[in-house]
Amino acid sequence: MSIAVTTQFICFAVLSLVIIVGALGVVLLENIVYSAFLLGGVFMSVAGLYLLLNASFVAAAQVLVYVGAINVLILFAIMLVNKKEDLKPMKYLNSRRLISTTICITLLSLLIRVDLSKVWEIANPNLSIGEESTVRIGEHLFSDYLLPFEVASVLLLMAMIGAIVLARRDVLTKDISTGLPVDQELIEKSDKPLLIKKN
Amino acid sequence: MNFESIPLQGFLIVSSILFCIGIWGLLNSRNAVRVLMSIELMLNAVNLNLMAFSSYVDNNLIQGQVFSIFVITVAAAEAAVGLAILLSLYRNRVTVDMESFNLLKW
Repeated sequence: MSIAVTTQFICFAVLSLVIIVGALGVVLLENIVYSAFLLGGVFMSVAGLYLLLNASFVAAAQVLVYVGAINVLILFAIMLVNKKEDLKPMKYLNSRRLISTTICITLLSLLIRVDLSKVWEIANPNLSIGEESTVRIGEHLFSDYLLPFEVASVLLLMAMIGAIVLARRDVLTKDISTGLPVDQELIEKSDKPLLIKKN
Repeated sequence: MNFESIPLQGFLIVSSILFCIGIWGLLNSRNAVRVLMSIELMLNAVNLNLMAFSSYVDNNLIQGQVFSIFVITVAAAEAAVGLAILLSLYRNRVTVDMESFNLLKW
């Protein structure tokens, strides 16, 4: 990207800050709707970082797929399962929190140590493909990554069918015992959840 | 093209922090939707790592960008199936509390 170094630094700092604060908000905020919108902000900032890394195609794909599809899907899921419920108190909640936080901080320090101690072989910037990256991605997808590309389409089809099968309601058109057609609204009303209060 | 400006380590550290926040959320959330959001955060961290390496280390062949496109595809499929599973769980249990999904507990 051909913008000045200072501008790049400012963009990087602002985007990183938004990513980290937004991600903390996603996991820490009480209201899950705020979390979902903050998640959209995090996705947009990650797309901004991709633009800083000269990857306009992946940035566009990120905005389209993550913000346009996944985030909207999450919002719909929140809408469908949105029930105010008081969570049952849990045993050892504080010690669980403590242990998981310790694990996360340990992992973070390990990762940062690896990031800082390893000397990466930076490639020559003059060889960089720069803004032609979309062309190069297209070449990859239709030559050496052709098989994964085709398998991805099968995967998406499988995911679509699987999601439909999992999320649909079973509708009976006939009464099982009498064979007469049944009133669908009555089924909807009398549809009891199957698994509650079993134990 | 001046890649000396932002060090590669900056991107790596941001993605490490994002990944650890995602793990924390995955371990500590009691709302199942938030668990899915944490998984998305972790996938984004991985993508950011791939993109940073492809820009700095492999800046001519950019295979990392192709990989991150595949990761985005898998993430979309995972989100769709995950939310469908969540809906069907909610239909059967009338809750999204992770602590109540204990059918596989022995």
